[in-house]
Amino acid sequence: MSTTARPYRKSTSRPRMTAGSWLVTIALAVGCLVVLMPVVWMVLTSLKAPDQVFVMPPIWIFEPQWGNYPEVLQLVPFQRYILNTATIVGFVTLGTLLSCSFCAYGFARLRAPGRNAIFLVLMATLMLPTTVTLVPTYIVFNHLGWLNTFKPLILPAFFGSAFFIFLFRQFFLGIPKELEEAARIDGAGYLRIWWTIFLPLSWPVIATVSVFTFVAAYNDFFGPVIYLSDESKYTIAVALSYFSGSPRIGPQTHLLMAATTIAALPSIAVFLLAQRYFIKGIAVSGVSK
Amino acid sequence: MATLAPTSRSAPAVQDPPRRRGTLARRQALWCYVFIAPAILGLLLFSLGPMIASLWLSFTSYDLLSSPEWIGADNYTNLAQDPLFRKSLSVTLIYGLVAVPCTMLIALVLAIMLNAKIPALPFFRSAYYLPSVISGVAVATLWKWMFNGEYGLINAGLARIGIAGPAWLTDEQWALRALIFMSLWGFGATMLIYLAGLQGVPKELYEAAQVDGASRLRQHLHVTVPMLSPVTFFNLIMGIIASLQVFAEPFVLTKGGPNNSTLLLSVYLYQNAFQYLKMGYASAIAWVTFAIIGVFTLLVFRSMPMWVHSEAGEEK
Repeated sequence: MSTTARPYRKSTSRPRMTAGSWLVTIALAVGCLVVLMPVVWMVLTSLKAPDQVFVMPPIWIFEPQWGNYPEVLQLVPFQRYILNTATIVGFVTLGTLLSCSFCAYGFARLRAPGRNAIFLVLMATLMLPTTVTLVPTYIVFNHLGWLNTFKPLILPAFFGSAFFIFLFRQFFLGIPKELEEAARIDGAGYLRIWWTIFLPLSWPVIATVSVFTFVAAYNDFFGPVIYLSDESKYTIAVALSYFSGSPRIGPQTHLLMAATTIAALPSIAVFLLAQRYFIKGIAVSGVSK
Repeated sequence: MATLAPTSRSAPAVQDPPRRRGTLARRQALWCYVFIAPAILGLLLFSLGPMIASLWLSFTSYDLLSSPEWIGADNYTNLAQDPLFRKSLSVTLIYGLVAVPCTMLIALVLAIMLNAKIPALPFFRSAYYLPSVISGVAVATLWKWMFNGEYGLINAGLARIGIAGPAWLTDEQWALRALIFMSLWGFGATMLIYLAGLQGVPKELYEAAQVDGASRLRQHLHVTVPMLSPVTFFNLIMGIIASLQVFAEPFVLTKGGPNNSTLLLSVYLYQNAFQYLKMGYASAIAWVTFAIIGVFTLLVFRSMPMWVHSEAGEEK
C-alpha cells in the first residue's frame, strides 16, 4: 500500500451524485422520519384538544391548541423550576470550564514529578461508576447539612472532571510553544498565559465542553432527585418526573406532552446553536485515539 | 482509551547556569501542582475518598440515624441470597448485552452513512443526534406515551399492519424489551464518536481497495471496521459502564416494575439507599456493580489483540 499522501481533491462544486449516494440520501431521509417521529408525536400531542388525544387511530390534522402551553405553565410553578435549573446549570458550566481548562494547562504544559501518574489515575476514574461514590458523598453532604440545597450539585464541578480535562489537555498540546515563549520573555506568568493566551485560543473546546456540560447538568436526574426534596427546589427534570403521577397533569396527556416539550427545548436549542463546533471539537481533541 | 501523547519538553535555554535551571524547574513544578490542584482535590474528595468509604460502608449496617455498625461480609452473603438482587442482576445483564451491541451497530451504520458525500449532511447529522440531547426524564415521559397500550403511537402503527400490540410497560414480558427498544434511541453519542473516528481513516485505503475492485460493502467490512476498532473498543467499554448506570429511564418509565421485570441494578440501589436507608447494603450493591464492570472491562481488554487494529508505526 502506498503511503504517499496525495493531496485530496476538494471540489468546490456540488458533490457528484452517484446511484449509491442517492440511495444513502433516501435511506437517511426515511430513517430521519422514524428517528424524529417520537419528537413529532410529542409536539403534536401537546397541541391537541383533550378530546383529540385518546383517539384510535391517531388524528394527524387538527386545529393546534397553543393555549395548552400557557395552561401548563400556570398549573405548576414552572418559573421556579426554570430558575432553579438555570442556577445549577449556570454554575456547573462555569465551574467545569474554569477548573478543567485550569488543570489541563498544568497537565499539558508544566512539568512536575508525579504529574503523569496523577493524570493516569484521573483518567482511570472515567471508568468509576457514579454509584460507587454516591452513598458516601451523600452521607457527607447530609452531615454538612447541605441536603435540599444546590451545593452538592454545584460544588463538585469546580474540582475538574476527567473527560473534559482530557479534552482541554489534548487541545492545549496542539498550541505552538512559540506563543507562550514570547509571552514568557515579556514577563507573563503561567496564570496570565493560561488566561490570556490559552483560553482565548480554545473556543472549539470551550464550545464542546459547554454544550456537553450544559446538556449533562440540565438533564441530570439522579443528583437532583436524591439531594433536592423540597418542591420549591426542584429542577425541571425532577418536576417533570413527578408530573405523570400528579393528579393535576398526569391524566391530561396533552398538558404532560406540553410540559415535556418545554423541558426538552433548552438542551435542543443549545445543541442546535453549538452543533457547528461540536463534531469539530471532538475530532480535534482526538477522542478516537 | 487515551494513550499519553508525548508531553512537551520545556527545556530551559542552554546558556542558563545550572543553579538557575534547578530553581526554574522547581518553580515550574510548584506551579504545575497549583494548576492541577483542583483535579487532585476532586480526585481525593469525590473519587478516591468516597470509593474507600463506600468499600468500608459495604461491610457495615448503616441507616443514617445511628452510627455504622461493622457486620463483616454479611451484606455480600445477603446479596448472594437476595432473590431481588439476582433478578436485578439478570435484568441488568440482559439489558446491557442487548442494548450495548445494538446501539453500537446502529451508531456505526449511521456514522458511515453520515460520512458519505451527500446533500444536506449537516441537517442529517443534527437530526440524528437530536434525540440524544433530550433529557432522560423527558425521553422516558415521551416514550411512556409512545408505549401506551391503548392509544400509543407504537401500537397504532402495529394495528395498521394488523398486529395487536402488547401493553408494553404494564406487561411483565414486554416491559424490559420496551426499555431496551427505547434505549436504542440514544445512539447519538456513540454515533458521534464513530463519526469523529471516521475522520481519521486515511482516504487512500479506500482508493486502494477500490482499485482492487472491492465493493462498497466489502470496503467498509475490510477497511472501515478494522480501522475503527479502537473506537469500537472505547465505545464498548463506555457502553457497558453507561448501561450499568442507567437510572432516569427505568425510574420514570416503570419504577422497576411490573413485578420487578425492569429492576435494573441502579434502581435497586436507589431503593435500598434512599427508600429503605440501607446505606451499607446499597454500597455492597455498588461494589458488585463495580466488580462486574471490572470483569467486563478486563475481558474486553484481554480480547483486544484479537480484534483491535493497531499499526506499529501508529503507536505513540
